[in-house]
Amino acid sequence: SSSKLNLHRRSGTVVAVSDVVKQKKSKSTHSLLITKEEGLELYEDMILGRAFEDMCAQMYYRGKMFGFVHLYNGQEAVSTGFIKLLKQQDSVVSTYRDHVHALSKGVPARAVMSELFGKTTGCCRGQGGSMHMFSREHNLLGGFAFIGEGIPVATGAAFTSKYKREVLKEADCDHVTLAFFGDGTCNNGQFFECLNMAALWKLPIVFVVENNLWAIGMSHLRATSDPQIYKKGPAFGMPGIHVDGMDVLKVREVAKEAIGRARRGEGPTLVECETYRFRGHSLADPDELRDPAEKAHYAARDPITALKKYLIENSLASEADLKAIDKKIDEVVEDAVEFADESPVPSQSQLLENVFADPKGFGIGPDGRYRCEDPKFTEGTAHV
Amino acid sequence: MERDPRVCVMGEDVGHYGGSYKVTKGLATKFGDLRVLDTPIAENSFTGMGIGAAMTGLRPVVEGMNMGFLLLAFNQISNNCGMLHYTSGGQFTIPIVIRGPGGVGRQLGAEHSQRLESYFQSIPGIQMVACSTPYNAKGLMKAAIRSENPVILFEHVLLYNLKERIPDEDYICNLEEAEMVRPGEHVTILTYSRMRYHVMQAAKTLVNKGYDPEVIDIRSLKPFDLYTIGNSVKKTHRVLIVEECMRTGGIGASLIAAITENFNDYLDAPIMCLSSQDVPTPYAGTLEEWTVVQPAQIVAAVEQLCQ
Repeated sequence: SSSKLNLHRRSGTVVAVSDVVKQKKSKSTHSLLITKEEGLELYEDMILGRAFEDMCAQMYYRGKMFGFVHLYNGQEAVSTGFIKLLKQQDSVVSTYRDHVHALSKGVPARAVMSELFGKTTGCCRGQGGSMHMFSREHNLLGGFAFIGEGIPVATGAAFTSKYKREVLKEADCDHVTLAFFGDGTCNNGQFFECLNMAALWKLPIVFVVENNLWAIGMSHLRATSDPQIYKKGPAFGMPGIHVDGMDVLKVREVAKEAIGRARRGEGPTLVECETYRFRGHSLADPDELRDPAEKAHYAARDPITALKKYLIENSLASEADLKAIDKKIDEVVEDAVEFADESPVPSQSQLLENVFADPKGFGIGPDGRYRCEDPKFTEGTAHV
Repeated sequence: MERDPRVCVMGEDVGHYGGSYKVTKGLATKFGDLRVLDTPIAENSFTGMGIGAAMTGLRPVVEGMNMGFLLLAFNQISNNCGMLHYTSGGQFTIPIVIRGPGGVGRQLGAEHSQRLESYFQSIPGIQMVACSTPYNAKGLMKAAIRSENPVILFEHVLLYNLKERIPDEDYICNLEEAEMVRPGEHVTILTYSRMRYHVMQAAKTLVNKGYDPEVIDIRSLKPFDLYTIGNSVKKTHRVLIVEECMRTGGIGASLIAAITENFNDYLDAPIMCLSSQDVPTPYAGTLEEWTVVQPAQIVAAVEQLCQ
């Protein structure tokens, strides 16, 4: 009967992931959550994220990087935990705190650093900047400055995946999209509108909330009537899950399930990751409002320290293995800076090139020729 | 939609209902509920969804049930539709068409009588066209769908009932070109959308009075076809703009600037611009009539211009 249907749709699944993890551990003392290979991959990705962001801070204060730069320190477990499970053809949509999502998705550190330095070799030719990382090759669909405006784009990518399967009959198209955004965004209309549409059409998308408790200086608790974000999933007919976002293994377990659901065509999931940013909102934020005790609490749960401990205690890696990775990543980041430093700044001819995919869009000039046929057009001095 | 399976439609009531003005009638039956997608009422989000779909390989046509509703989608239209190709360094194209009925209708009230072309015109990276006849509606729609650029296609609530014999076969109208409606010698009248009909009505009166107006439907609101417009100005030396936009910051205002910049030497008189009054369109029929430009005003303006 229809009332039964309503109940079924509304009840949703709220899984306490720590229970799942505990269960898995007790099944057998020999079953670990990851293999050595996987462990090292996760460790390397998180170290890359951390080292890169630390270098960004340095470069910013040295005047190589400008504007609004939002660093991800502390949240690495979410990016690594989710994105390392994806295939290249899966899509990731992020916010302005997007450097590490880009790196996890496979965008080379050189390309991200160059972009931050505003050079032509940046992933967006220097035209996007810190808040607008894009990569067609790696299916990173942005980098957005306004919160919430990336979520519909992610929903669209998921729609395309479903369309390819059902209309274009590409039967094996099972591409999944991940949308990352923060706690502040969860009070925004686009969030709710997209939860609705994704559940309605069973789109292959996972909504990943990086709840770091702060939207610049606005505490999540001061902004939100019901601060338990995961509960909002079942209100729209999808599972809502809360996970410890400082623990990459827990995030990964939840991510596996959510991504698996989407791939099998079972629809979207809302995952709330409890996480924390160790630095201010951006490099311009003096970060005076947060309680030092709160910062200390989360510093003690540093995801990198936690993974390191797990790897060593379970004999998956030695200190030497991990130090080797640390060194390798240091070199990658140094190389990225060098590359970015030596790369050229855009010349004026680049100014107008990407305004339109089809430059006929600049129209027809008084002489009857399309404006883009004007030789000055590529010089960037044409009047458009 | 037959020619390219990536073309799809999304919007409120575009599917089962056939569209608020029946533009998509029968399409859902033919192409299915996913290709002709009935969306919930969430303009910003479904427009953004269309943009995400366009970035990942589809060619969506997004309908604003009334163009005014697209104000809700301004975030997506400005930031993502217009800018994404540029901020991504050219990596992603957004071959989306955003269309819908707009303009002043018959006593629809202020909010359903809006002209968004003036609000959107500054957004870099988009093209805007306004159709005015069945012939150019088909041609511009096809051209917009096939364009790799994001195109906003402005239709008018009062023009859906026009009847015209048009070719069955495939044809497009160039997105960047203006349309010569009536060649003439005495004055250049630039117009678009519904005002074209008020202009042509005025033209009948003017011809009877011995004037020979050249009427150009600019069609491309952004960018302007400065070749067609320029050639006309060089011939007649007098320009009258007749638009339905409001006076302040409208298409006419931009057109005056462009013509003055490029063709000032050819003008024998200051450019005249007739626009709608800067008022929220009133409900009362009499007031509404005085809000938009009427043929009598056009006649008077030409007479003044030609003195």
